[in-house]
This record gives sequence, structure tokens and C-alpha cells, in this order.
Amino acid sequence: MGKSLFQKVWDSHTVGTLADGRTQLFIGTHLIHEVTSPQAFGMLRDLGLTVKYPSRTFATVDHIVPTINQDAPQDPLAAEMMQALQKNCDDFGVTYFDLRSGKQGIVHVVGPEQGITQPGTTIACGDSHTATHGAFGAIAFGIGTTQVRDVLATQTMALEPLKVRRIEVNGNLRPGVYAKDVILHIIRLLGAKGGIGFAYEYAGDVFDRMSMEERMTVCNMSIEGGARCGYVNPDAKTVAYLNGRPYVDMSNFEATATRWLSFASDADAVYDDVVKIAAEDIEPTVTWGISPDHGVAISELIPDPANATSEIEKQSIDEALAYMKLPAGTPIKGVKIDVAFLGSCTNGRLSDFREAAKYLKGHKVAAGVHAIAVPGSQIVAIQCEKEGLDQVFRDAGFEWRAAGCSMCLAMNPDKLIGDQLCASSSNRNFKGRQGSSTGRTVLMSPVMVVAAAIKGHIADARELFDFA
Amino acid sequence: MALEKVKQVSGRGVFVPGADIDTDRIIPARFMKCVTFDGLGEFAFYDVRFDTEGNRTNHPLNEERFAGANILIAGMNFGCGSSREHAPQSLRKYGFDAVIAESFAEIFNGNCTTLAMPCVVASAADVAALRAAVEADPQIQITIDLETQKVTTSAGHSISITLPESARDALTAGRWDPIQELIDNNAQIEERAKALGYVA
Ligand code: SF4
Repeated sequence: MGKSLFQKVWDSHTVGTLADGRTQLFIGTHLIHEVTSPQAFGMLRDLGLTVKYPSRTFATVDHIVPTINQDAPQDPLAAEMMQALQKNCDDFGVTYFDLRSGKQGIVHVVGPEQGITQPGTTIACGDSHTATHGAFGAIAFGIGTTQVRDVLATQTMALEPLKVRRIEVNGNLRPGVYAKDVILHIIRLLGAKGGIGFAYEYAGDVFDRMSMEERMTVCNMSIEGGARCGYVNPDAKTVAYLNGRPYVDMSNFEATATRWLSFASDADAVYDDVVKIAAEDIEPTVTWGISPDHGVAISELIPDPANATSEIEKQSIDEALAYMKLPAGTPIKGVKIDVAFLGSCTNGRLSDFREAAKYLKGHKVAAGVHAIAVPGSQIVAIQCEKEGLDQVFRDAGFEWRAAGCSMCLAMNPDKLIGDQLCASSSNRNFKGRQGSSTGRTVLMSPVMVVAAAIKGHIADARELFDFA
Repeated sequence: MALEKVKQVSGRGVFVPGADIDTDRIIPARFMKCVTFDGLGEFAFYDVRFDTEGNRTNHPLNEERFAGANILIAGMNFGCGSSREHAPQSLRKYGFDAVIAESFAEIFNGNCTTLAMPCVVASAADVAALRAAVEADPQIQITIDLETQKVTTSAGHSISITLPESARDALTAGRWDPIQELIDNNAQIEERAKALGYVA
């Protein structure tokens, strides 16, 4: 009987079984940032502990970084958090990609960029979107601060094994349909809680054909489907992406690559569940509510509570529509937007900006729309600027900002005001997510964000642009 | 480190309405700018306890009669969203010792266990009954017994509850914080690191 990648990685990283029955799992790579690590370092100091393998922890600063004058936060609390991270990294000998390094960025952009994210490894980070790294065939968990402490102190943590659901998407995506639409569609289908207790394995020719960056977009949102982690099996693309990256040991790359590929799920692996989706069924998908599974195809109507199949569903639609201030049963297309946000660890990579710029070129952002483009890392920013993409965004009326999480969760000065509605390439549309307790978020692909910015309302990019 | 054995939690309850209460609602992200968890309690549920002008709303947590309640009662999928521990920490610091809900998000549940704050699941009907009971009389005493997996109240309820066996064991055996055990296995950790090859 074959094994899935999840089982292979889990087994090879198991230290032992704890008294409570959980597995003590070795964490190969630990990523940290300024929001969830200072308290963990505090606990470490309180207990008189130290960092077990400092060379396996990597830090960067992303959530609270201003995107105008990056290194000069006006907010004293943000400055304090930055200083705390610097001090903790200095004290414990942890590598820190700081603002002056030229490598700073959103932790889930930086890891792959540096080649720190590798197949067949376990990765943990005190951040829910750690599953992003699963794009490389790693098992990557978002963890709480106490677990950050555990990983710092022991390079291990206590975990319960997961079930594995294979999600196969086969066929050809239609023009104008992106990785973001695929994952929004999956979450819509399986629900925001559908993945609880599972690792998601994304398989089938759609994922095989995707670039590494597209795979990251998909894996990134695994947590929005309730899954603890998500991954794509490593293949030649994975190896090619990592070849020559700073943290890849190039001394015997061929052997390394062979080892990486050996972690891919066996053809006869057994799964706890298999879901099959036809690529042709996926349309550009946007959210209409306050949970990532509140999705509709762009051609569809905003749900009507009157059509709900249960009282719970009705209540949830009512609550979402009341918050979103959207009328039931009307087209989602045409809903007016106030802000367009292009960025985040879901869609803040080079390919996202290239694709968005390709269609934005020659257009203007609609009057009254505040549009910002925020690269996921300094390296992404520099590359975009080299290619002149920043100018395309500027010419169209976007603000071109410095790297960080920015308006994805608005812990920096980039926030919605009042009940502004934001067309956003990020991953969460929770109430108040983008910095205003009445702010509204509509999730979509970068190209759909651009289309909405140009039209001033939620639009079908396929009607604006030629995707032949 | 000898940890307290959490076998029972007793006290008064308060019901917080809504399904899918996510961690952003429990502690809005703007209050996460902190380098310690101290002081997070006052911001728990901030955006539903206060309106945009900073005035108190009629949220149950603002009601005088529920002051001092230490058992949170909630609906489905409580604690979904982010893995941030600020959410359980803010509830803990606010004064909650346990949560009873129809279901929990997994990471949140695990984070709560590590803070010795049990998250127990009751049926929708039982949650509704508890809600009605505390709303009728906020002084009702609730006892969550993790060994018998029952919630009983001074009003005569006896409700079956569930929680993951690992969490139940960790709490009742005083192993809810795994750090000591993890450290004790240092030799095996180093062996694993060597075997993996990629850990320098
Ligand atoms: S971009 Fe958003 S989702 Fe990603 S790490 Fe930053 S805050 Fe979290």
C-alpha cells in the first residue's frame, strides 16, 4: 500500500508519541514574524530556555510595516514590535530578513523566494497562511504562540495526525480563470469548515500545469477551507524553481532533487477522501459575504435567504448581507467598489503583478476608487520596478507601495474607512478584516481586482479584456 | 513544572450570539500590536461591545447581570479564522475559564487547551437550553466536568458534552502545556534531526 506525501513527511519527522497520544513532530523549518513571536520569546525567557536550532528559524517583518516610508512607523507600538523582533533575533542567533536586507517581505513570500521552503520538510509559522509553503510539497502548519515557543525551544511540537483529502481538478481552465478562482471555487464547494481535521492534497492536471506561484495561491487558502494544511506534490517545476536559490544546498543538487521528488504521493496511496472537480465548471469567482466560502461565480446572483435550505443557512445569509449592505438576489456584477487592493501572501507575487499589469496597461482607475498595489516582498518590488510594472500601475492611477501585508489585515496604516467596499486579492473577507469594523471585503483574483478598479464596480474581467 | 489538573470548571455563564465567530471578532487585529499578552482582555469582542463611536452596545458582555461570568457559551464554529493565540489569550485575560459551544475551529481549540481553558462541545438544543437558563437567571451555577463529560447546573440541567480525547487527557492529567515533555525527549529530537539530514 502506497503512502501519501503527508504520511511520508509525517513519518519521517515523528520524534515519538507523547503521553496524551499526540505525536511529537520535528519541525524542519520555523518562520517567525513580529506579531506572534515576541510573546513566545518572552515565554522562553521566563522559562530560562533557549532556541534549540537557531539556524532553522528565519524571521522577517511584514504585518505592521508601513508601505510608505517602510522603516519609519509612526505608530510607537509598531516600532516597539520591530525592535523586539530585532532584539530577539540578535539574542538568540536567528536569521532576520530585516527592512535593510533587501529581502524583507511577507513571510510566505520570503520563504519560497529564499529557497528556505523545500519539499519533504515540515514547516511551522505563527501565522494561519503557512499552508502556502505546501505548494512545494512541504507539510506546513500555522501555529499558535505557545507552539511557537515549543518550536523555538525544542524544534518540535505536539500534534494530532490529520486525515488526507485529495482534491483533483482535471481538464482545462477557461480563459480568464485563475488559481485564485480555483481555490475560491473549492472552498465554496466544500465549505469553510469542510476541511477540519484534514490536510488537502491538490492534484490533477490543473495543478500540474500551474506555476509554483499559482500553486502557492491555492495552498495559501487551504486554511480558509478549514484544512490544517494543503500541498501539491513536488515535480520538475518545484525543482526548477528552487535550483540556485540562496538557501538551497547546491553541493549535490541532483541527489537533493531526487530526495525531494521521492516525497511525492505514491500512485497507490490511500486517501481518507477524494473530491473530483471539473476545471471547466470553474468561473471567475468572487465573495459576496463575510466568510471565504460565501462565493459566487461572477455571472451569478447574490444569494437570497428565501432560497436557503436550512434555518442556519438563512441566518448566515441574512447576517452576511446585512453586514455587506448588499441586496439579496441581485447580480454581484455591478456592485460599486471604493477601494482596490492588489497584494497579500495570496496574490502579491511577481506573476500576479505581471498578469494584472498586462491587462491594466492603457486603462485608468475609475474616479473615486482608491487603488493600491503592494508587492509581497522587496524582491518582488524590485523585480516589478525593473520590468516597469510599477509605472503601469502608477499611470493607471494605482498607488505603488513598499512590501508588506498592508490592507490584507490592516495592522499598518493601510485601512478601509467606514463601510468602504474593497475589491481585494487577499484571502479573508471577515468582518472588520481590513481595518474598519464596518469595512467590506470582496475577494477575487488580481485580474478581477484590476477590472473592478477600472470599472468602479465588480466586473467580469472577461468582458473587459481579451483572454484568447 | 507541575501543572494544575483541570478536571472541573465552575462558575456563571454568558451567551454570546452568532455562528462562525472568528478570531478577528474575538480580538480585532488592530489590538494585536503588543509584545506581551497582558492587557488583551479589555479588547475581547471589542467591535461588538462598542459601536464605531466607542459607546457600549447592548452586547451581553456589557450587561451588568453577566459581569463576572467565566464560562462563555456560543454557537457553531467558534474561533474560526486566524491561528492567532491573541484570541484565546484575550478571552482568558478577560476572565473566561472555559467555553461551551456547538463546535469549535480546530486551531483555536488547541490553543485554548494549552491555556488550560477547556472548549467543550454540546448539542445545539443543549446550548439553546443553557442560553435560555443563563438569560433567565444569570446567577445559575454551571459546572463543566471533564471526567464525566457532563455539564450540570444549579437549575438542574445535566448535559452531555464532548471534547477531543487528547485535550481531555491533557487537561485532567495536568499535561495541557506540553513543553516539559517535549524537552524531556531531547535525545530523540537530536536523533531525528540527524536522520533527517537537512538540519545542519
Ligand atoms: S498578507 Fe495577510 S494573510 Fe498573508 S500573512 Fe500577511 S496578514 Fe496574513
